[in-house]
Amino acid sequence: MREIPVTPELAREHGLSGEEFGRIRSVLGRDPTFTELGIFSVMWSEHCSYKSSRVHLRKFPTKGPRVLQGPGENAGIVDIGGGLAVAFKMESHNHPSFIEPYQGAATGVGGILRDVFTMGARPIASLNSLRFGRPDHPKTRYLVSGVVSGIAGYGNCIGVPTVGGEIYFDECYDGNILVNVFTLGVVRHERIWRGTASGVGNPVVYVGSKTGRDGIHGATMASGEFDEKTDEKRPTVQVGDPFTEKLLLEACLELMRTDAIVGIQDMGAAGLTSSSFEMASRAGTGFVMDLDRVPQREEGMTPYELMLSESQERMLIVAKKGREDEVREIFEKWDLDVSVVGEVTGDGIGRIRWKGRAVAEIPVAALTDQAPLYDRPAARPATQDALQSLDPAALPAPSDLAETWVELMSGPEMADKRWVFRQYDHMIRTNTLVLPGSDAAVLRVKGTDKAVALSVDCNSRYCYLDPFVGGMIAVCESARNVACAGSEPVGLTDCLNFGNPEKPEIMWQFRSAIEGMAKACEALSVPVVSGNVSFYNETMGKGIYPTPAVAMVGLLENAARRVVQWFSSEGDIVLLAGADRLEVNLGGSLYLKEAHGKVAGTPPPVDLDHEKRLVAFLREAAGAELLASAHDLAEGGFACALAEACITRPDGATGARVANPYPDTVRPDFAMFSECQGAVLLSCTPGKRESLLSLARRFRITMMELGTVGGEHIDIEGVARVAACEMGKAWREGFAKALGLEG
Amino acid sequence: MKTAVLVFPGSNCDHDAYHALKHVVGVDAEFVWHRQSTLSGYDAVVIPGGFTYGDYLRTGAMAKLSPVMDAVRGFAAAGGPVIGICNGFQILLEAGLLPGAMIVNDSLRFVCDYVHLRTETGRTPFTRGIPAGKVLKIPVAHYQGNYFADEKTLSALEAGGQVAFRYCEPSGEVTPSSNPNGSANHIAGICNGAGNVLGMMPHPERCAEEVLGSADGRLLFDAMVSWLEERGR
Repeated sequence: MREIPVTPELAREHGLSGEEFGRIRSVLGRDPTFTELGIFSVMWSEHCSYKSSRVHLRKFPTKGPRVLQGPGENAGIVDIGGGLAVAFKMESHNHPSFIEPYQGAATGVGGILRDVFTMGARPIASLNSLRFGRPDHPKTRYLVSGVVSGIAGYGNCIGVPTVGGEIYFDECYDGNILVNVFTLGVVRHERIWRGTASGVGNPVVYVGSKTGRDGIHGATMASGEFDEKTDEKRPTVQVGDPFTEKLLLEACLELMRTDAIVGIQDMGAAGLTSSSFEMASRAGTGFVMDLDRVPQREEGMTPYELMLSESQERMLIVAKKGREDEVREIFEKWDLDVSVVGEVTGDGIGRIRWKGRAVAEIPVAALTDQAPLYDRPAARPATQDALQSLDPAALPAPSDLAETWVELMSGPEMADKRWVFRQYDHMIRTNTLVLPGSDAAVLRVKGTDKAVALSVDCNSRYCYLDPFVGGMIAVCESARNVACAGSEPVGLTDCLNFGNPEKPEIMWQFRSAIEGMAKACEALSVPVVSGNVSFYNETMGKGIYPTPAVAMVGLLENAARRVVQWFSSEGDIVLLAGADRLEVNLGGSLYLKEAHGKVAGTPPPVDLDHEKRLVAFLREAAGAELLASAHDLAEGGFACALAEACITRPDGATGARVANPYPDTVRPDFAMFSECQGAVLLSCTPGKRESLLSLARRFRITMMELGTVGGEHIDIEGVARVAACEMGKAWREGFAKALGLEG
Repeated sequence: MKTAVLVFPGSNCDHDAYHALKHVVGVDAEFVWHRQSTLSGYDAVVIPGGFTYGDYLRTGAMAKLSPVMDAVRGFAAAGGPVIGICNGFQILLEAGLLPGAMIVNDSLRFVCDYVHLRTETGRTPFTRGIPAGKVLKIPVAHYQGNYFADEKTLSALEAGGQVAFRYCEPSGEVTPSSNPNGSANHIAGICNGAGNVLGMMPHPERCAEEVLGSADGRLLFDAMVSWLEERGR
């Protein structure tokens, strides 16, 4: 095969700017080969290098007494005591899922699972955060069905439960859906592995599926135009094989119980390239790799294709010299390919050989440490002021408040997501103590009394209207959700979904959201231990709402002290914690959007000192077994939180009779549906009332007693009243109805 | 008393079955790799759920070829208790140890949810002592759990008392709406003529502890233990 000449035009087609191409020539001291150009282009891509986001990501607090591994590895790790730790991360698979929803979502799940088990952790739970276009958009139903069945198809087969998540619909996602997937695994401290290629002379071992031409970056460009033999156009979306991944998972965990290896990393984005160079970079070493030894699915693959393939279900391992046979034995037992493809060297250069000749020789540091870093210009959009203006008094009052209430509860945002989570195996591994449908999923950690609570949150309307406050809210709400379950927030991971970072307005959204998130993380002492950035979520120049999804991990020392969001017993007392946080604020509210067709105003203000005390109070109250339920006020305000507490109970709806927590002077629709930050609806048995109130005083949390659980109706006295069974039915049927899906 | 939990490539409820047996019921359990060709030393066999060989061909169609399945045939022929759960049931069907076949759920979607089962017979080692008509709350999680057999086979199963569980309402009433997958005669589980081989789609190992939402699944493993104890195992 003749080597394709590298020109500045070709570099540009690889997404490298003129300046970046110049930088490549200067670090190499010569023109790159075609293979080298491919390697630079993927390693310096936004996706792998974080070149536009790194300067801002540094603002996150990433340390803490529990943090065993912060950002920079395949997943973050947090100590949960007793010699155990949890490894977790969230990743996006937005673009592929829009092109091919089933495989895009499936391989997203596959990728995040590998990120977690490559650290030595056994995955025990997944979550997802999904955004689709408006429910009546012609593509939405197809995309929802495809993404949900893709997540189900992969997760169910590999046997990791999908225990919760969130799903929202908005016009801004019509051309760019978001598929963010999270996985958490459990690992003993001494079994934690990292992606490091240390020890000169140690063998580099390839395991897992064979390499094919799928998912090659710029595959359209590489086919035909550059190599007349490659006339087949391949889809850029990879195809998932959950069965092989299951074998890979078991084989890797079996191998990690030995001490035959020094490092391991999955071949995710940029496949063999990123795994080899990143592992060498972390260890400060180099390597030689012979591509002829790479197991191949197709004939005639070029070194460019081999290095850039994103075939799924593959890992790269650095084993201890002389222990290769142990590795081989385990992978052969699991019917997987295993091949020694190279070895670690001490010269800091990655040398790739193919058919007896060198096809790439790149200093490892050139690709990683010397990658471009941009502090891109940021500017507040000129339209932001207009966006934030809202005159609530001009909004017409609904004629029938009860009807509006039912409509909001049965709309796609609030409605029961059972149609979705029934397709996910959410019980496998027998740890799920709180099934999907509460503020947080709760999973026990077998062999201990502990449990973890998981929640993923982001209100992108808030982030659109004010990215700084929206970023704070994403962190606070997810912390509040895991605290409602009775746990202490111990760490988070995020998936930052934004538009084109080369636009100053988008960069301003990004920077502001990060600064808001970072401020909330500092205040709540919650470290960010891993994460992912997804830029360029734009179609025809129109970007999505800024959507920094936050997945929070909470720890319960005693799983028996978990709390759910729904009322349990007739006669229990209903209280509102954080009653002083109630706001008359419709900015970015569900009510404003659904009933008045507007996304405007400013999100509800956040008091971080209050949030910190609230989270601590909830955990104490749960630990002292004072709570029968806890559910935070979020989308839809007080009325929707109350309705959820009444109707989400798995064994049937209950009524409640409560006072309106707002003064009578507030317009009733505003009282019902205003949104606020820092208020939580609680219930307790009458016997616990005094202790709960006194605990609240200790944490300076303002409590308001509202009424009691029971009766046939959900009744906000003097404001609105709906039969619990009617509300429950509308809520259960709403999702499938809104999307035109079969129930 | 020692139970074998078979592990095929793609089994994924093996750990759950092991946990229920060993840590909940307290009976000795061991994983047995599919390439093993003997089951000597074991008193009962659990074929757990999962996606053996990815279900890429037909469910269970590849797993039935594993060496351990010959051992299961011998074990079953000698009267040993065998339970196949979910994919394990599908493997038993493909292996010919139980009659009928599985097709895709009538919803054409995977379904994971709690269902109710009416116990139809106490003749299997796993239902012994559970009164007929007793309603159990047990989850299902499958894409192909729609039991299918021709009329003759169904009649023979019914006449021979081989239907072990039927989907029902919490009250015990068998209705179309309580059937999560469209199974013929609302069948959730069947046994062989001798009664010692049971296949069922619902997952008793997932609900052997009250903390998980139901402990009804434990009844099946407790029944197995007393059945074995009575035989001096």
